[in-house]
Amino acid sequence: MHPHLKPGPLPLSMQLAPGNKLNHFLTVEGLPYQLLHDIMDRAEQFVTLPAKQQKKAPLLRGKTVMNLFFENSTRTRVTFEIAAQRLGADVINLDIRTSSTAKGETLLDTARNLEAMNADMFVVRHEHAGTAQFIARYAAPHISVLNAGDGRHAHPTQAMLDMFTIRQKKGAFEPLKVAIVGDVLHSRVARSQIHALTTLLTGEVRVIGPKTLIPANIERMGVKIFHDMDEGLNDTDVVIMLRLQRERMAGALLPSEREFAKLYGLNEKRLALTKPDAIVMHPGPINRGVEIDTEVADGVRSVILEQVTNGIAVRMAVMAMIMGGSAA
Amino acid sequence: MKNLIIQQARVLDPNSRTDQTANVYIQDGTIVAIGDQSTTLENFHDAEKVNANGLWLMPGAIDLATWLREPGLDHKATLASETRAAAASGVTTLCYQPDPATSIDNSAAVNLIRKINQGLQLANVEVIGNMTFKLEGKRLCNIGGLKRVGCVGVSNAWQPFENLNVMRRAMEYASTHDLTVFMYPLEHGLAAGGVMHEGEVSTRLGLPAIPAAAETVAVAQIIALMELTGSRVHFCRLSAAGSVRLIRQAKRDGLAVTADVAAHQLYLTERNVLDFDPLCHVRPPLRAQADRDALLQGLSDGTIDAICSDHQPHELDAKLAPFQQTEPGISALETLVPLTLRLAEDGVLPLLQALRKITFNPARIIGSPAGCIAIGAPADLVLLKPDVLWDFTLEKMLSQGKNTPFAGWSFHGQIQRTWLAGHTVFQAQEAN
Repeated sequence: MHPHLKPGPLPLSMQLAPGNKLNHFLTVEGLPYQLLHDIMDRAEQFVTLPAKQQKKAPLLRGKTVMNLFFENSTRTRVTFEIAAQRLGADVINLDIRTSSTAKGETLLDTARNLEAMNADMFVVRHEHAGTAQFIARYAAPHISVLNAGDGRHAHPTQAMLDMFTIRQKKGAFEPLKVAIVGDVLHSRVARSQIHALTTLLTGEVRVIGPKTLIPANIERMGVKIFHDMDEGLNDTDVVIMLRLQRERMAGALLPSEREFAKLYGLNEKRLALTKPDAIVMHPGPINRGVEIDTEVADGVRSVILEQVTNGIAVRMAVMAMIMGGSAA
Repeated sequence: MKNLIIQQARVLDPNSRTDQTANVYIQDGTIVAIGDQSTTLENFHDAEKVNANGLWLMPGAIDLATWLREPGLDHKATLASETRAAAASGVTTLCYQPDPATSIDNSAAVNLIRKINQGLQLANVEVIGNMTFKLEGKRLCNIGGLKRVGCVGVSNAWQPFENLNVMRRAMEYASTHDLTVFMYPLEHGLAAGGVMHEGEVSTRLGLPAIPAAAETVAVAQIIALMELTGSRVHFCRLSAAGSVRLIRQAKRDGLAVTADVAAHQLYLTERNVLDFDPLCHVRPPLRAQADRDALLQGLSDGTIDAICSDHQPHELDAKLAPFQQTEPGISALETLVPLTLRLAEDGVLPLLQALRKITFNPARIIGSPAGCIAIGAPADLVLLKPDVLWDFTLEKMLSQGKNTPFAGWSFHGQIQRTWLAGHTVFQAQEAN
């Protein structure tokens, strides 16, 4: 047990060590502009470096990365796993739902036990906001925590792979108009994207959705709100579609998938309202015919599969910057 | 018991609006004279004399909301631990709140609490009984019986009523017995799963939120039922600006309504929840700055009658988890008097008006003769050294629960001595 175990705030500042070195990666909020570009620059190196060469310079050899997924997500977990393995780390996957917490062990006890197994990094996904911050605050000092999604709060690596993809396609952020469409209320991805886009000085960030799916006072995060899809898409450079969870219908937030698709689904006709070279993004997995039509998802403007590929590079970049010291 | 003279104190009595230097004479636990009457009073020649020159004498504070945990949750706190904390922090009367774990369904439950407290005698413990059986919101509790054993009111605390008809009948039945109902205004459907105020900060943190309307809707419903039933209602723990407006109007309309606010709502807002501070996880949630301003205005214009601690001591583990998984509540007993005095220091309320919110007004709400410095009143008194600046720290806390966001705050005015019915229940070590 740590001697000074007492509850209190979980300051975001703990993810940065002096000199703006990343200690943990918990949220994009509050990270400096240059650091976001550093992450993307590092990811760029991994993208251009062939996989075989990466294995010759394993930055994380001898390190142990533990994937702590309290919430199911095979896709995200696999990309973290590949990223860690390419850097030479040992990876252990723990499906916590079926093990200790089901037996009543507290989160802190679970983390302590894993710490004792010589972990160096926890990659954490949890249904409750603030969990990664919580573990980072109470874990031993040598443990780094990487947030792989906490409740509706943050999904910083997803946001950074999206930024990386935008930068690859568009270059500078300043002239861009970016629209985030759909269930913003429940989306940790949207929140992290908004922090990243505003930090990177994006020209205009818009959120589009019915009032039931746009959280209170989101304009204070520096975005413009649109309830009309056509108006919101007008003249945009980047359209980010969010996944619509089926259970939203039960909470009286939407009448039906069909009505949502009709009013907020992205189809060819609506895409024509954007700039001719606008790109379409989606964090996946996509609901074809609900938030996005197949022709758009598989169309020339879609960069959805590139996002997946970039996800590995960005996760390698973040892991390398946290645990592997300076440049590759 | 020896007679007692507290000499040359600055006597602060919010009821009579007295603020004067005087002697206070105490016999058999009761105040018998105020002023300089040493020569005329018999029986006081060999009285104990306390020199209170330069000190303030105020009525002991009366806390309308103290979650005392015992019996049922004594891993969090006990009457012994919490009444000791009360005495040391100038609180002489505590109101025991019903709770699903420590249900006050019958006279035996009330008598048990009384019996435990009789062995302690560090503070008065008044009991608020259950409004419905097991607080399930379905069947009426034996409210008449609870009244006979001295419950000062009934409440369903934070538990929902099955429907408004049950609420109506419970209010009606309580008023048959001339009991005040302590209503916790919350529309449970609107609060669904929320853990903080719905607004800018909940959006930023992605935490499930409770809109202010979850409270104001309930306040409006209860006011409508007061008009129907003619019952006397005390609104517990206001947090939203809209509630203050509704209650201000209800008072203008002549309804028998009173209201309180928890002291922490007057100092903290939703912004204190940034960084997921579980110590700021409270119910009702900390709201926006505009709500806080309205609460202060409501105190100032008399819409809000009382300030309470809403003391909820917890064990360490209850707060050592991600925000949503932590239990709501602050261990707040020991900051009630300091935070209230600070309102006067900050110029929010005149000193006597601030003190009235924790003494005379709550006394009136529970029908207690305490809460004032008057002839015939019980000698529940607090002597305070006004100019000392002291730090509130976890180490100094006596409550078994250390869950406070106020650790590290500095306050003026240190309690020197507390009397309960003329008995010293606390004395600071450096006091003379």
